[in-house]
Amino acid sequence: MAVSLLIVGAFLIFSLFLGLKAKRGKDMDLEQWTVGGRGFGTMFVFLLMAGEIYTTFTFLGGSGWAYGKGGPALYILVYGTLAYVLSYWLLPPIWTYAKEKNLMSQSDFFVSKYKSPMLGVLVSLVGIAALIPYLVLQLKGLGIIVSEASYGAISPVISVWIGLITVTVYVMLSGIHGSAWTAVVKDLLILVIVVFLGIYLPIHYYGGFQPMFESIEAAKPGFLTLPDSGMSISWFISTIILTVFGYYMWPHTFASAYTAQNAKVFKKNAFLMPLYSVVLIFVLFVGFAAILKVPGLKGADGDLSLFRLSMQTFDPWMIGLIGAAGLLTALVPGSMMLMAAATLFAKNVYKAAVPSATDQQVAKLAKYLVPVIALIAAFFTFNGGNTIVTLLLMGYSLVTQLFPALLFSLFRSRFVTKQGAMAGIIAGVSIVAYTTLAGTTIGGLFPALPQPVKDLNIGIAALFFNVIFMLGVSALTRSSHVNKAADEEKTA
Amino acid sequence: MKPLYLLAIFPVIGFFGGLSFANRVEPYVLGLPFLFFWIILWVALTSVIMAVIYRFDPANKEEL
Repeated sequence: MAVSLLIVGAFLIFSLFLGLKAKRGKDMDLEQWTVGGRGFGTMFVFLLMAGEIYTTFTFLGGSGWAYGKGGPALYILVYGTLAYVLSYWLLPPIWTYAKEKNLMSQSDFFVSKYKSPMLGVLVSLVGIAALIPYLVLQLKGLGIIVSEASYGAISPVISVWIGLITVTVYVMLSGIHGSAWTAVVKDLLILVIVVFLGIYLPIHYYGGFQPMFESIEAAKPGFLTLPDSGMSISWFISTIILTVFGYYMWPHTFASAYTAQNAKVFKKNAFLMPLYSVVLIFVLFVGFAAILKVPGLKGADGDLSLFRLSMQTFDPWMIGLIGAAGLLTALVPGSMMLMAAATLFAKNVYKAAVPSATDQQVAKLAKYLVPVIALIAAFFTFNGGNTIVTLLLMGYSLVTQLFPALLFSLFRSRFVTKQGAMAGIIAGVSIVAYTTLAGTTIGGLFPALPQPVKDLNIGIAALFFNVIFMLGVSALTRSSHVNKAADEEKTA
Repeated sequence: MKPLYLLAIFPVIGFFGGLSFANRVEPYVLGLPFLFFWIILWVALTSVIMAVIYRFDPANKEEL
């Protein structure tokens, strides 16, 4: 039993060591700290971005979804793949512009494109609001992992604190270099473990994939496909569209696009990444294998299915390795999120309010905000109750509202004004906040609509009103002044 | 808009358009329920399509 904990602990120390080592010899100004001096090649950007995909949500949540929801869990494979297709055209212009203007955060992009620090404040606040629940999710995952790996000897509360302190320390010391190096270790470990579990467990317990799926189908008919109502085909498609648009809108993902050496890195990643995401199917297999072997996990406890099935199958040292992989899936994205939130606040909220602040002051503030944000996340982790999935979906719906304003800023003709961009984001975010807090669905609001429309993800409706407001207000506020600004930039 | 870029529409058609007939368990392919096989097939095809676009996109040659 202590063996599993020792292994998890060893990986924890090792990742700290990598973070410290990565820092040596680099002058840590804000650009080095947040975007790695824009010197990362295909492999590192690939790993950083992959690092953000394989979070505890996919590791524990992916198997938990397969366990609890069945066929609809396949959406996890599709949205990533389609987001990479989009990235081929979306990321190179973002990177080129960011390099030219020396941008560091996601909000910088909006500020620079729309020439509006106020818009930057709004985008930052939306980003931070969306990041907090995502961070809480990683911490909850950490709590589950460390306490399961200790076979209950360490309580989830203490596990969360251990993880939290580790993430904070290494973000403060090494910034993004630490994340990139830990991402390398993490990805190797998680690939091996996930593929192994996904193949071994179905064969060990059922004698193969087909027998496993046949017994699930016999026990729960229809579980392996999309149902006719609820998580139906229209839910599947609308949720994927929403998450594809939101995929690169997360402040930390957006900012990691700045770390690349050149724009070609993304185009190469666009065909490498889908292959990598195939690995997710093995995570789902683990959840499916658990359905008949560790039955009875209800609701959020489905996230425990991977660990519970592993514990009844393997020796403690193996549980230690699985725990270590899980730990790293929380550390890497967790550190990216912390850093993104801290940079956003320091650079785009504080600096907008106090324009006289020097770059050194902003960099210092960003660093000291890391533990503050970590503590806020810890507060919600301990007081958030069971609403974690609701919060994550809310986070995704929130960041997606930034997509229309971003997309229109990339076009040569600047139809959308800063007022339009703000109106759209505010409209979209308000609808998301209201519907999430009130627990409303389209079907609940309009019971007379046909079933496929009722099953649409409500984020789509928010996105629709977002675009309407954005275009409407832009048409009203569009002045010769805006035209002039756009023309100046074109000729510059 | 280069005609080559139109290839990128196929993953969308494959994933979404195919659902109405691919949303079934039978027949099993490679031990997987048909819906699972269909999704994985299209993830792989998407990778191939994007590799083709990358390879033949003249924009990538300019930077060499």
